[in-house]
Amino acid sequence: MTDSAFSLWVYLSQTPLLWLVVTLGAYVIADRISLAFKRHPLCNPVLIAVVAVALVLWATGTSYPIYFEGAKFVHFLLGPATVALAIPLYENRHIVLRSIVPMMVALVVGSVTAIVSAVAIAQLFGMPDPILVSLAPKSVTAPVGMGITEALGGDPSLTAILIMLTGVTGSIMVTPLMNALRMKDWRARGFAVGLASHGIGTARAFQVNSLAGTFAGIAMGLNALVTALLLPFVLRLLLD
Amino acid sequence: MIISLTVILLCQLLGEVVAGGLGWPMPGPVLGMLFLLVFLSLRGRIATSVPELGKTLDSTGKGLLAHLSLLFIPASVGVVQRLDVLAEYGIGLAVALVVSTFVTLVVTVVTFVVVSRLSGSSIETPEQER
Repeated sequence: MTDSAFSLWVYLSQTPLLWLVVTLGAYVIADRISLAFKRHPLCNPVLIAVVAVALVLWATGTSYPIYFEGAKFVHFLLGPATVALAIPLYENRHIVLRSIVPMMVALVVGSVTAIVSAVAIAQLFGMPDPILVSLAPKSVTAPVGMGITEALGGDPSLTAILIMLTGVTGSIMVTPLMNALRMKDWRARGFAVGLASHGIGTARAFQVNSLAGTFAGIAMGLNALVTALLLPFVLRLLLD
Repeated sequence: MIISLTVILLCQLLGEVVAGGLGWPMPGPVLGMLFLLVFLSLRGRIATSVPELGKTLDSTGKGLLAHLSLLFIPASVGVVQRLDVLAEYGIGLAVALVVSTFVTLVVTVVTFVVVSRLSGSSIETPEQER
């Protein structure tokens, strides 16, 4: 690189603009790829975009905190988008109210299953307790999951990553799995993916069906609450 | 659109204040969702005095939700920071995540459908595409 090109790079790489553009660009490309493959589960836009951005960071030797300075503007919108889940929820309020009983039972059963299955399998692999604690809230939306882990002595940044990987895993799995099980109830399909895979699962559910997306959003919110309440007790039983 | 965005952000702010103030284990935005729900149920009355709001709230909110996937990218890229742990426990973590997610999806969907049938709350045309 010449001196002037280098100084331009030094300037740009420190401004939010560059990494904001990289994030949006990666998403636009990933979304196009996902559309070109007719929203095939394996062409998950989050996964493709994350790999693309990670490669750019690696190739340019950029650290994550510098990247996040720009990307935080996108990250911020997660909050208002979560609030906006109330809009489809309100539109479907009659169906939601009629489904209260199955929702509540599936919520408690699913929430406990998500914690116990993950921790039990990791125990078989002989993982140390701090990793088990960090893994336990993997199905919960990131801000809550990280808070839980921190309170219980795990590693919040590891939790954030495991949460993201769980989200992508569930989004890839849900459509073929539900089709194989011949589940045709969009409420149940959406609720399951929202519970198991929080917001990333909810994003996938909205791609497939708006009623499924609505129930996924409800499951995400309720599971955050239930896991925060149940996890300390479940974990105490499992780790002793 | 600005007025709709203001309402949404105000709901989030209320959610953060209540969650933080009471020390609830709920994220602020999830409580904000409840506040917006209350707002929507009162909207009929509000819309008569602020007609602009009635029209744009739905489009603003759905605009945010249309690209929900995008909003997860910045946090997800954080995976680059912890590749060391993933390398050390990678196989165990991968098995735990994949099997646990699979089991959770199956258990949840089956519970929902079975209880739905038992409690008589199945919907008429569940397979109908919207």
